[in-house]
Amino acid sequence: MAMKFEKVSDGNYMLDVCGYVCPHPQIYCKKSLEKIEEGDKLELIFDNPSSGETIVQMCDQAGHDILEKKEEGGKLIYVIEKC
Amino acid sequence: MENIEKRNQLWAFIVTGALILVSLIYYQVNAYYIYLVVYIWFGFAYGMMLQYGRFCMASASRDLFAAGVPRMAVGIMIGLIFFSLVGVILSSTGMSTFHAGPIGSHEVIGGIIFGVGMVLAGGCASGSLYKIGEGNGTSILAILGISFGQAIFVDIGGIFNKLLPQSWVERAQATTWIPKENITSWFDHFLLGNVFTKPQIILSETDAISSMASGNMKFFLGNSLINTIIPAILVLILIYYFYPRKGFMKKRKKKNLSTGFGADITGAWTMITASQRTTLMAVLIGVTAGVHILAMKGMQIKFGINNFGQLLTRMGHTGDVSITGKVFDPGYWYITTQEAQLAGWIMEKVGWEVRDNVFFGVMNGLPELWRNPALWMSIGIVFGAMVMALLNKEFKWKLPKGELIVWGLGGGLLMGIGARVALGCNIGAFFIRVAGGDPGGWLFGIGMVVGGYIGVRFFNWWTEKKMAKEMEAF
Repeated sequence: MAMKFEKVSDGNYMLDVCGYVCPHPQIYCKKSLEKIEEGDKLELIFDNPSSGETIVQMCDQAGHDILEKKEEGGKLIYVIEKC
Repeated sequence: MENIEKRNQLWAFIVTGALILVSLIYYQVNAYYIYLVVYIWFGFAYGMMLQYGRFCMASASRDLFAAGVPRMAVGIMIGLIFFSLVGVILSSTGMSTFHAGPIGSHEVIGGIIFGVGMVLAGGCASGSLYKIGEGNGTSILAILGISFGQAIFVDIGGIFNKLLPQSWVERAQATTWIPKENITSWFDHFLLGNVFTKPQIILSETDAISSMASGNMKFFLGNSLINTIIPAILVLILIYYFYPRKGFMKKRKKKNLSTGFGADITGAWTMITASQRTTLMAVLIGVTAGVHILAMKGMQIKFGINNFGQLLTRMGHTGDVSITGKVFDPGYWYITTQEAQLAGWIMEKVGWEVRDNVFFGVMNGLPELWRNPALWMSIGIVFGAMVMALLNKEFKWKLPKGELIVWGLGGGLLMGIGARVALGCNIGAFFIRVAGGDPGGWLFGIGMVVGGYIGVRFFNWWTEKKMAKEMEAF
């Protein structure tokens, strides 16, 4: 198990923190959003449902948009645009 | 997808059915076990609510400091307010089982150790239990850490006793109500020579409050208003001011809306209602914790007892109880001591003498696991959370790997030690005590927040290091 933070293409990043439990997904998500530029998109993949509630509020308070939320095979995928 | 949903629902029914069956078997064996069954089902209710509300006190300080999210800190304050109001009714009708704890620096120190541990482990004592119900393997390790951390900590002596202050040793050895052969460990001397010499206060019972309010009003004034509602509102104001206020006002300015006092009221309300599921569950947990006390007191009156150990003795299970005839039976929501008993039971089975101390030998006893009422409450929490997670398609087995094994076990051990130093965890030393009118609960709360902050600083450093490594590639 390892955290993966990758640049997929210009302006698009992927953070995979599957297997991680609280507080790792939300901390890695926050750190990743700090690293990317405004307007960039981050695809966050995690499987710890307890982190979801915090991540949604964190993005709301910081003004980032969650463009998409979906569930695939037990994994939660949020696409977040940094604003 | 539909198959998974049906399978989850089936498992939810199986788990619930198994607990119903267990309850019926106990009742069939002896009607006294209804006392234990009540613990099971309140545990089940707590578990469902904790999971649905993502109610974990580790996230209160952690998410606030690490992500600026006040959701859980707000939820705890709301829960405290409602629990204290129910507590007023219970005290007024003589139906409260609450008892204060000693007030002192041990609570702050224990709180700090516990706070660091809960951030490392990824969940507090109650949070780790509900996360086991979600299939979280790291939380299993955390609970094992809490269990064995406590059981070993309360029993070890030897070289550690040489570190004891002489005054503690003298006071402990001068204790007359405990046999000398039970005063053996470092923890025994710490309890008898230090902690038990400290005052125990319930605000409603103080002269100051009694002189200001007569009759049952003293319970509201002292325990609820002064010890819980006012401090909780102050905490909410501080959280609002330092965290969401800036972003909230920025958004209003962008929309050319006012930013005066009225906007602050709106902002604070927005903060409270931002996570409806957490706030709703906070209210329900607060009320349920109160009703739980009522139910336990009702059972005690019905059977003419004040501790389940008396029923175990009546049933002939004298080996389960301590030398004072008791087992751990808090009479309300509690988490850590029963887990220490779980580890103590295992240690005894492999030949470790664990009853030669105050914790197991005198205060809490060591019942067989299937006759341990508070442990059944913890099992109820796990299964209640599991049913809720299954119904919401959130159950998934996640085996701990790599660094999470270290964080889970290490954090759990720290929580176990912290809980014993402070005589309780985030529930028993904080939530229950604050709402019960014991100002000592806030000391543990302050320590827990400080410990949480230290834990977050450590994780910030750790994640920053790992992110830097990942970003070398681009």
